[in-house]
Amino acid sequence: MTRQPRIVRALLVSLIVALAVMSAFPFLWMVLSSFKTAEESMRTPPVWIPAAASLESYGAVSDVIQAGRSLLNSAIIATLTTAGILVTSIMAGFAFAKYRFRGRDTLFGLMIAAMFLPPIVTLIPLFRMVSEMGLNGSLAGVILPNLANAFGIFLMRQFIAGVPDDLIDAARVDGASELRVVFSVVAPAVLPAIAALALFAFVYHWNTYLWPLTVLQGASEDYPIVLSLGRLLSYNRGAMNTPLVMAGATLAVLPPLVMFVFLQRFFVDSMVSAAVKG
Amino acid sequence: MAGVTLTNLSKAFGATEVLRDINLVIEDGEFCVFVGPSGCGKSTLLRMIAGLEEISGGDLSIGGVRVNDASPRERGIAMVFQSYALYPHRTVRGNMEFGLRLSRMARDEIDQRITRAARMLQIEGLLDRRPSQLSGGQRQRVAIGRAIVREPEVFLFDEPLSNLDAALRVDTRREIADLHRQLGTTMIYVTHDQVEAMTLADKIVVLNGGGVQQTGRPLDLYNSPANVFVAGFIGSPRMNLIPVTVSGRTLDAGALGRFGLPADLGSGAMTLGLRPENLVLHAPGGAPATVTLVEHLGNEVLAELRLTNGPNLVMKQTAALAVTTGEAVTVAPGPDLVHLFDAAGARVHSWPLARG
Ligand SMILES: Nc1ncnc2c1ncn2[C@@H]1O[C@H](COP(=O)(O)OP(=O)(O)O)[C@@H](O)[C@H]1O
Ligand SMILES: [Mg+2]
Repeated sequence: MTRQPRIVRALLVSLIVALAVMSAFPFLWMVLSSFKTAEESMRTPPVWIPAAASLESYGAVSDVIQAGRSLLNSAIIATLTTAGILVTSIMAGFAFAKYRFRGRDTLFGLMIAAMFLPPIVTLIPLFRMVSEMGLNGSLAGVILPNLANAFGIFLMRQFIAGVPDDLIDAARVDGASELRVVFSVVAPAVLPAIAALALFAFVYHWNTYLWPLTVLQGASEDYPIVLSLGRLLSYNRGAMNTPLVMAGATLAVLPPLVMFVFLQRFFVDSMVSAAVKG
Repeated sequence: MAGVTLTNLSKAFGATEVLRDINLVIEDGEFCVFVGPSGCGKSTLLRMIAGLEEISGGDLSIGGVRVNDASPRERGIAMVFQSYALYPHRTVRGNMEFGLRLSRMARDEIDQRITRAARMLQIEGLLDRRPSQLSGGQRQRVAIGRAIVREPEVFLFDEPLSNLDAALRVDTRREIADLHRQLGTTMIYVTHDQVEAMTLADKIVVLNGGGVQQTGRPLDLYNSPANVFVAGFIGSPRMNLIPVTVSGRTLDAGALGRFGLPADLGSGAMTLGLRPENLVLHAPGGAPATVTLVEHLGNEVLAELRLTNGPNLVMKQTAALAVTTGEAVTVAPGPDLVHLFDAAGARVHSWPLARG
């Protein structure tokens, strides 16, 4: 690696710090506000640090919504959907990458095309299908249509294509079934990509709003946390209680954050090993 | 332990026919080498035996049982790949036990087999390492170890030495030969290197153009090549192939001279095959030639000669031979066998060429 001049490095570092501060700022504001009193949160000029950190709002969240239940619903939706996406993406990605079959490339092209459909276009048709299956108003209806994902299959195909054929054949000669080949040999070889997909899928389906709202309609006991947050907003009829909403939002953000911390070692690992090899 | 029989075996990828009507009997315990130029279908044939490539036509049997439709695991084979194909996220031990665990073998039996194979290959100290922490030669040993612990009926090797450096290649070649002697298991070995084929094989199968060119023991192929292709492929440096004209009992080799034939061998344009080691310099009545290149290999000398108004010849002699580039010499066939091939390339006759 060539050493950059000191001034260039300094400029780059300050740029990165500025970007980091900019993206962290709303997050910080959210957390700080959740500890303020309602009066503090409305003051001008704004108060940064609450005079006395109060946990009152966190308690109040549970008075308005079933926070525990909503978090559980979110966890169920995000976890099952992510698990489904991982399994289907790895298997279909393997088939697209390593099997020769008639119509493979056409099928893959169609799938790529599906990737570019805005979700709003499929909302109504999907809703009608789910209704006809009698699943609307239930978590199953929220989860089922998302168990396979075109982007996930695409991503897995790209990475699995780089796994040497000999490795797969060696496992077959060793007596592994195709399923065993996929999950014991191919999947470990593309682990960083799987971790990335898991993170994207989990965060996306934790935060998704429109689809559960459409399927669940009024069944508020099945609401995931993001839908319940909406109920926090409208709770006071105009006189919005900012710390209450911020406390709810902070709670809602924690699990994906934990997920990221948990998965991040895979990304760091893979970046380090790529650097060593490269 | 099992022999392998191929009957009219064919392979096509879509409309492209890669192998046609391969017939072959590999005896139980035999070391059989498939040799041929790159792209001739050696790997494809091996992969068909392994069950990794579908069979387009014909029959394959292992140990007397037809296995055309059997999966690799039902065939009792183990394979060593050119790229080693070690599982990167498993340790050496993990690599060796993967197949055994899949077959639900008892833990202490697995440990015994791994210990035995590791001792045989001298990789006992590496069992807890990952493939990325091994040298090329060590990876090769692990790949062989992974095959040994399975105790297969048939070992399959696909160019196992081609990623090793020259010195290691010779050592490992010896070890594979030793392994075959110790285990006595049928081995099928693919290489494009005729030296590997000559040194390892009980039986060589020369493949080219989608078919078997010749099958036989190494020295049989060397002494009586079935056709021009085998003649050129087996032996290093390659046999000199000279266009000649035959009429009655005379052979006209152009600038090399005219020779008598031991029998009436047909007439017309044919090809004469002369091994580089079967040429002598300064023989009485030899053909005039110029030395165009000399390579000293230590124990022997390779020289390239241009016959005056004729083709180039390569000769190989002991180090005692002193020639220099640009020197004018005379050259003649030596006392060993020469080979005559007809216009289609098939061998017509081999005999010690006498000047006539
Ligand atoms: N999967 C495949 N699809 C199409 N052609 C193939 C495939 N695998 C091999 N071939 C062709 O078959 C021929 C033989 O290949 P291969 O058996 O690998 O040769 P070798 O091992 O002797 O170098 C080559 O011409 C190659 O291009
Ligand atoms: Mg090959």
